[in-house]
Amino acid sequence: MTPPGVDEDAALVRQAKAGDYAAFEALMAKYERRMYGLTVGILQQREDAEDAVQRTFLSVVEHLKGFREEAAFRTWLTRIATNHALEILRKRRGLPTVPFEESPSADDEAGPPFPEFVAGWRENPERLATRAETAALMDKALAELDEKHRAVFLLRDVQGFSVAETSSALGITEGNVKVRLLRARLKLRERLTRDFGDPATRVDLGHPHGP
Amino acid sequence: MKCEDLLKALGDYVDGGLEPGICEAFESHLAGCQPCQVVVDNVRRTIALFRDGKPYEMPDAFRDRLHAAVRAKWKERMGPA
Ligand SMILES: [Zn+2]
Repeated sequence: MTPPGVDEDAALVRQAKAGDYAAFEALMAKYERRMYGLTVGILQQREDAEDAVQRTFLSVVEHLKGFREEAAFRTWLTRIATNHALEILRKRRGLPTVPFEESPSADDEAGPPFPEFVAGWRENPERLATRAETAALMDKALAELDEKHRAVFLLRDVQGFSVAETSSALGITEGNVKVRLLRARLKLRERLTRDFGDPATRVDLGHPHGP
Repeated sequence: MKCEDLLKALGDYVDGGLEPGICEAFESHLAGCQPCQVVVDNVRRTIALFRDGKPYEMPDAFRDRLHAAVRAKWKERMGPA
């Protein structure tokens, strides 16, 4: 299945490659806000996200003629934006720049994190979204995730990418996308249920090491 | 199926991508296990909260700087904008 807008993008890419700046501006107008949202999510910091978005579109101009269109434009763009954001993140922490795939993944092999605090939420998401403190609690939960889990969650559940697109954008296998996504979802669930759950409804899940 | 097996299949279940045989086992465990029902509901709400949340708004001043920088790069790389 072709995601919506992909054929339209392909036409704009061809026009831009032929030197049509208006076509390129149309692509930017369509995606710049999404790339900003994604990189703020990964970096948890707005100035660095601006830096990442600017580097992203400069890289795209730089490499546009060589873009072979084997992936959709938005997948290619997202891969570039994610790589710039992760590079900034590592530089900020003083870590050497290593490819995304080679991050330590012992925790991924350990199986999904076991839910400890299990309770019904006091309110539904629509209602929570109207509360002033919710965004800060969501950001805090997101910030606690390991970057490799956070990036997968942001692409798949926030940007709405398919597993295949996420895999292609991050250069990791589809199996790895699923493992990291589940870990991210369960860790966010744990954190947010401590914030939004009703302790009076708390229950215990059958423990894997129990009888 | 035990709770921990359900947990491993949870991602595919909420995405609607579970194989029919496993899906049946999943749902039969779920029907009889209230804690797993709560976990599934928590996960669905977590995803919905982020998916439907307000995106971070890009400042207009940054948009102007971005377009100026990209236009300059375009001229250098692709010719007149
Ligand atoms: Zn159970």
